[in-house]
Amino acid sequence: MSAILERRAAVRALMAGRPADLLVVAGLGTPAYDLYAAGDHDANFYLWGAMGGAAMIGLGLALAQPDRPVLVLTGDGEALMGLGALATIGAQRPANLMVVVLDNGHFGETGMQPSHTSLGTDLPRVAEACGFAWSATVRDMAGIEALRRRLATPEGPGLVRAIIGAEPTPKALPARDGAYLATRFRAHLGLAPG
Amino acid sequence: MDQPAPADTASTAWKDAVFAALEAAGVSQVHYVPDAGHATLIARAHAHPRMRAVPLTTEEEGVAACVGAWLGGARAVLLMQSSGVGNCINMLSLVRNCGAPFLTLVTMRGEWAEFNPWQVPMGRATPAVLEAMGVAVQRVERAEDAAETVDAAAALAYGAGSAVAVLFAQRLIGRKVWK
Repeated sequence: MSAILERRAAVRALMAGRPADLLVVAGLGTPAYDLYAAGDHDANFYLWGAMGGAAMIGLGLALAQPDRPVLVLTGDGEALMGLGALATIGAQRPANLMVVVLDNGHFGETGMQPSHTSLGTDLPRVAEACGFAWSATVRDMAGIEALRRRLATPEGPGLVRAIIGAEPTPKALPARDGAYLATRFRAHLGLAPG
Repeated sequence: MDQPAPADTASTAWKDAVFAALEAAGVSQVHYVPDAGHATLIARAHAHPRMRAVPLTTEEEGVAACVGAWLGGARAVLLMQSSGVGNCINMLSLVRNCGAPFLTLVTMRGEWAEFNPWQVPMGRATPAVLEAMGVAVQRVERAEDAAETVDAAAALAYGAGSAVAVLFAQRLIGRKVWK
């Protein structure tokens, strides 16, 4: 068994038997593909752009739906672009929000340049310093399983750094139409289109 | 809890009317980067029992949060200064691609009795930048028009699913005192 998590297997295990009321926002690039590969769901909102915005979409959603758990699943590059969002979330302390960063230490979509998480930034420590209720680093499938059990009641805001390998994964492409994804997501919550 | 409004640079009556328009529109999330011209709205939002006021580290966070609020069935507004509009450019793709309603109230700098030259370039570019990204721009020059314009902009945003920016002219906000 590999010492480093394989991302697709990790996300599949994380989403296995997902809580019925869970809402998920996936950051652009491979985290969105990982979530889609684990099983499409009306309560998944996949980003194809808006880099740096995933955690803040999660905050707006978590404040709007305080009785539902909200998971933001994103990558290290996306999280780093919106690093200030950790301070904003820490100030609001939404208990129903969890941010899971799939951290391969690289900008994987653009040529595997090392990212800041390879160069000194420790995202769980940043989140803690910003006032998150908890943070953790996950390195193996046992850690993913423990995380899976927290999805229903995050007691957040929590931030998890899941250390994954940087090997390439096959593309698994969700719908790219934002209006479709948003309407589908809102319909899942019983909200009217528009 | 009733929080006293801070001393703004001009009369606050029209600002209270603008806040009432947001309240009547059902806004429950007020995301903001502080500006003196928005101080009354920010204080009112913090004091309101059915609103959550969220200070941001940068304005594009608010664009993303407003879309997240809409995904969850809530109405949100972004308060910022014209200098922050430039920070929002790419994040406005999210609004446009999702067909999300979006309402932002922008206090203008760099246009009338401006003292600080660093405010001028973004102030001049603000309407063009917003329009380039598909945001309708409505400008308020007179205090008596402010609440009605915000009310109409909220209807256009939340009713017609549009992206709308209301720009409060710097002349309306008042001259900034530098000492």
